[in-house]
Amino acid sequence: MYDELRKTANTLRRDVMEIARHAAGPSHPGPALSCCDIVTALYFHIMRVDPKRPQWEDRDRLILSKGHACPVVYAALARKGYFPLQDLTTVRRIGSYLQGHPDMKKTPGIDMTSGSLGNGLGAGAGMALYAKRMKKDFHTFVILGDGECQEGVVWEAAMCAAAMRLDKLIAIVDYNHLQSCGAVEDILPMEFMEDKWKAFGWNVLSVNGHHMEELLCTMETAIHYRGRPTVVIAHTVKGKGVSFMEHDNSWHQKIPTEAQYLQAIRELEEEMACL
Amino acid sequence: MSVIYDEINTRQAFGIALAEYAKDDHRVFAIGADTTKSMGFQELAKLQPDRVINNGIAEQNMMLLGAGLAACGAKVFVGTYAPFASMRMLEQVRTFCAYPNLDVKIISGLGGLSGAIEGVTHQGIEDLSLMRCIPNMVVVCPADANATRVITREIAKYQGPVYLRIGRTPVPRVFDSSYQFRIGKANVLKEEGRDATLICNGAAVYRALEAEKLLTQKGYSVRVVEMPCVKPLDVQAVLDSAKKTRALVTVEENNVLGGLGGAVSEALAENDPTPVYRIGIEDQYTESGSHEELMDKYHLLPSHIAQMTEKLIEERNKGDGAWR
Repeated sequence: MYDELRKTANTLRRDVMEIARHAAGPSHPGPALSCCDIVTALYFHIMRVDPKRPQWEDRDRLILSKGHACPVVYAALARKGYFPLQDLTTVRRIGSYLQGHPDMKKTPGIDMTSGSLGNGLGAGAGMALYAKRMKKDFHTFVILGDGECQEGVVWEAAMCAAAMRLDKLIAIVDYNHLQSCGAVEDILPMEFMEDKWKAFGWNVLSVNGHHMEELLCTMETAIHYRGRPTVVIAHTVKGKGVSFMEHDNSWHQKIPTEAQYLQAIRELEEEMACL
Repeated sequence: MSVIYDEINTRQAFGIALAEYAKDDHRVFAIGADTTKSMGFQELAKLQPDRVINNGIAEQNMMLLGAGLAACGAKVFVGTYAPFASMRMLEQVRTFCAYPNLDVKIISGLGGLSGAIEGVTHQGIEDLSLMRCIPNMVVVCPADANATRVITREIAKYQGPVYLRIGRTPVPRVFDSSYQFRIGKANVLKEEGRDATLICNGAAVYRALEAEKLLTQKGYSVRVVEMPCVKPLDVQAVLDSAKKTRALVTVEENNVLGGLGGAVSEALAENDPTPVYRIGIEDQYTESGSHEELMDKYHLLPSHIAQMTEKLIEERNKGDGAWR
């Protein structure tokens, strides 16, 4: 099972590279690769979804609050069968249903429009509140960036979700220590991340965000926790899986050259051969 | 002449109508940002306490909660005061409510100058303009408590985002319970005018009707149209009025830029250029005072409305095109 999921993550990384190479203009490969294992664990093991019924009212929801990382979610949705794989090359192109940032009305499988940073957690809290009041048992997952947590509205939502005891709301912080202009620690430090969430009343779990066994185990713990919302602080590497992109923030938003693209694909093929 | 005021304010009228509506619609949720009492949600809370949420002093999160609820199928009413409803959470309104066309009603209290003694921080004098330029948004401004009850019922039935601007304290009564409302439709309050049309909404409707009486005393014949929807605008009602009277005066409790005056002027400029005078707050900040005092001072005194209308009629009659 874990090897299958690792293979899926590898495939999604290749899809992210295809999008990075073929989208209209630069996409965000670094942030997408950072949360690729998280997205794989959620869509291919944890979440209760049905690609044939994207609007199924009892489905689990996912909000990619760091919406610029959407290539990896588009790849996951295509691989799940929500829409044809070949459409991934239309990302950011005029007329495409795969927008530069997620659009819930255009893309099957996208549960909430996102991309304006900081806003996903409040919307996720609204979904979890709906489940609680309407006696539904679905879970709502929200993926945030660590830089994104600089937005004040994240903490409005954090306070609110804890106060309302929304235990079917699970936030995942893709903690890769980089944001658009540089290191989070240099710009507006988000250190003591676990302590911050604890102080806001959340159940806090930490995990290696690229270790599939750990991810699944932690997510299972999170979905069974009762009484408080859970945040999973996922320690990650921006650009993970492509050697020259790892830790290099220039890949926040950039188009790879043909040589870079081929090298990335070769590396991912080599990794796949070992799985 | 004695003025008859409403017995309840428009926030209470909204709250009563919402509670009535929610009896037949199990999807209703109401959220306030420490405003659940002051926005009239307590009527619903008496009947369905688990559906009224006070999310604390956090307007942006209130709008996001509403978006998340609505994305799951709820019919959501979020309520706070006009400056916060239209500005503090404007991006959340635009990107997470209007862009995905979710069923969230934004109930905006202390609209216009009704924030009164609180001063500029709590007065909503730009909100209609801001909301009008957001695609998918319906923007409504009722005249009094009876109109608010009817309008609340009608917008609740509508599927999609609506900005409903209401007030704070009781206002002079204009309508009875037979008031009719359809989204995007004007109400002609005085049909037979020949010389000019007053197009008005909100608490300014009463002021416009008073101005019409003054103009009648001076021998003018003035048509009066209530335009509760700033968007979608009843363009046909504007054009009919232009055809019949060849001079229009807009009267509103909002900046003259971009609100009712802006909408009417745009419709006329494109379809039938006609002399217009926009009466409202003249791109300036106001101050503390009673609602009535502020309406008087910031250009909504009936005698001022009458005077400006008379001036427009006389200039139009000169026929030299020098309208303003």
